[in-house]
Amino acid sequence: MNQILEFLTRRRGRKKLDWSDFLSYSYLMLGVLVMFGPVIWLILSSFKTPLEITKFPPRFFPYSQETVELEGYDEPLQLFEVTMEDGSTQVLAQIRRIGLEAQMIDPKDPGEIIKVDISQREPIEKIDFGLDNYITGVRSFNFGRYLWNSIIVTVTATLLTLLVNSMAAFALAKYKFSGRQTIFLVMISTLMVPLSVVLVPIFLVITKVGWNNNLLGIIVPVAATPTGVFLLRQYMLTIPDELIAAARIDGASEWRIYSQIILPLTKPALAVLAIFSVMWRWNDFLWPLIVMSRSEFFTLQVGLASFQGELNVQWNLILAMTVLTLLPITVIFAILQRNITTGIATTGLK
Amino acid sequence: MKKAERKNKLNKFFGSLGNGIIGFFDIPLGGLQKIFGLKGVPYVFVLPNLLIFGIFILFPMLLNFVYAFTGGAEFLPFSRSYVGIANFDRIFSCENYLNPNSCTEDLFWRAAQNTVVFVIVQVSLMVLVSLITALILNRNIKGRGFFRSVFFYPCLLSPIVVGLIWKWILQENGVLNGVIVGLGFEKLPFLVEANWARFWVIMVSVWASMGFYTLILLAGLQSIPSELYEASSIDGASKGRAFINITLPLLMPTMVVVIVLSLIRAVQVFEIIFAFTGGGPGTATMYMVQFIYRYGFSSPNKQFGVAAAASLLMAGVLVVLTLMQLAARREEAY
Repeated sequence: MNQILEFLTRRRGRKKLDWSDFLSYSYLMLGVLVMFGPVIWLILSSFKTPLEITKFPPRFFPYSQETVELEGYDEPLQLFEVTMEDGSTQVLAQIRRIGLEAQMIDPKDPGEIIKVDISQREPIEKIDFGLDNYITGVRSFNFGRYLWNSIIVTVTATLLTLLVNSMAAFALAKYKFSGRQTIFLVMISTLMVPLSVVLVPIFLVITKVGWNNNLLGIIVPVAATPTGVFLLRQYMLTIPDELIAAARIDGASEWRIYSQIILPLTKPALAVLAIFSVMWRWNDFLWPLIVMSRSEFFTLQVGLASFQGELNVQWNLILAMTVLTLLPITVIFAILQRNITTGIATTGLK
Repeated sequence: MKKAERKNKLNKFFGSLGNGIIGFFDIPLGGLQKIFGLKGVPYVFVLPNLLIFGIFILFPMLLNFVYAFTGGAEFLPFSRSYVGIANFDRIFSCENYLNPNSCTEDLFWRAAQNTVVFVIVQVSLMVLVSLITALILNRNIKGRGFFRSVFFYPCLLSPIVVGLIWKWILQENGVLNGVIVGLGFEKLPFLVEANWARFWVIMVSVWASMGFYTLILLAGLQSIPSELYEASSIDGASKGRAFINITLPLLMPTMVVVIVLSLIRAVQVFEIIFAFTGGGPGTATMYMVQFIYRYGFSSPNKQFGVAAAASLLMAGVLVVLTLMQLAARREEAY
């Protein structure tokens, strides 16, 4: 037990690697595998053909059968390695299959039809990252429309969140007015009571406002996040009041003070909130799910969920669309990862 | 150089864009200030936020009470008839609370039971795994930033994507069963058998958000001054003692925050399940929010009253948890 504790509490500044470092790195490597593995598996699987994807046990890489195009045949012909009667092997292209027998021809000498028992042939395969799933998927899934909705919602909701929350935070941080305490307390008290517990009445309100099946219904209501107000207020409290007083003496209006002094100084906190808002809105599911009933207003997440719920939709298409859905946020993360992780560490926000 | 230049340009672009948007408001709001005076300004600033907040968050919360104490299938609150505590009565009418079959609203109790077990196991596991990971990352690790990002990456994925990825891996002919068969064992009914499904729901939800708690704990660990460890090692204390007497007590406030945050989120688990198991097999992985969603939206005979009553009960639990968190934060501040 003591050794375990000792192992866990070692700190920096030692020279030699010992067994505890070995354990640490093994753990971290395992972590890489467990954290990335599923996503990598998803990506690999998303390139597989419908036939390949139902194969058990599954193969690691996506394969597809080699084909050859021959004159006189409209479709490319599949290539097989055939064991001939005399024991030699030969590469043949299949024209058609009838029961247990396949009619094949030699691509080099296409004139003669050779009949082969299907147990005597092995498909010739190559690793193939074909985009068929993506192309068919985007067609049947209405990806463009969902993507567009998601982008519109994410961008406008984030801008609105930043504007509305920073204004409120400014008032709460820099003015003394009656009702300030009450407003702040009410906001904080709803900080943790989430939308999920008021599903029914919130649906009523949206219906009454007329925002079902309207992107406004998933942009505006989420803009006033108490978390955002709280975060920005805490940050603005650190801005010295003298700056504001000086600007006032120079005759600046309060709006000018807010926009020219406070906002630029609050940039780091605004950036953190912007990153989070993008993550929240891009990944939102429950809210759009109850607000939208017509598919042309679905966001990517709702679209994906309903796509996988449909009957007869094949896994290869679902997987390809899942990859497309996670791609944008992954790219953003790859670029901004340091800002995101430190932002979370310092604010405890997600 | 070039990179910095480009960044600068980008900054300028967004800066002027922001200024443009904000300058747009300059004239009307300056006018408002003339009308209302300095006293009115803060109200003008909080107004947009308060309006949205009031209409879409506070008002629905109050409305929820109306639903909880009225009955019938009517959706509009004013055409519903007052039934007092009948909805709660209905939920609580039960011969034996541990046996959902003896209850009128057996689904509620199944969901409640599932949620309680899920919350306890998931939160313990979450805290344990994040703590171990944070402690390891806090050592003298090469590439700490990289590993930190690796563990955090699943937190960015949407719950639907997480659910689908794991459904794909764990399905009957999925890759995990492929590995198991490859090792010479029988296929396991991961998503078909109730307890396996519950197990995987916990594992997947830990997978999806442990990185977030790891980050918080790591920040907590790094704020412990290293002089303390130096002093304790000069005094001859073993590393084990240092862990028990320095690390644990100083990390406690952060731990409490992590525990409460993960509790609050575990109670509300829904979205991952939606794509992952859909609550199944049967009702094995149906939790509270899904129960509310089912009664309020997806079932053909909707019971808004019961759904709202269940919401209130759940909100009560969440408020208690939130108060605990605020208390913990306060403690942390001292």
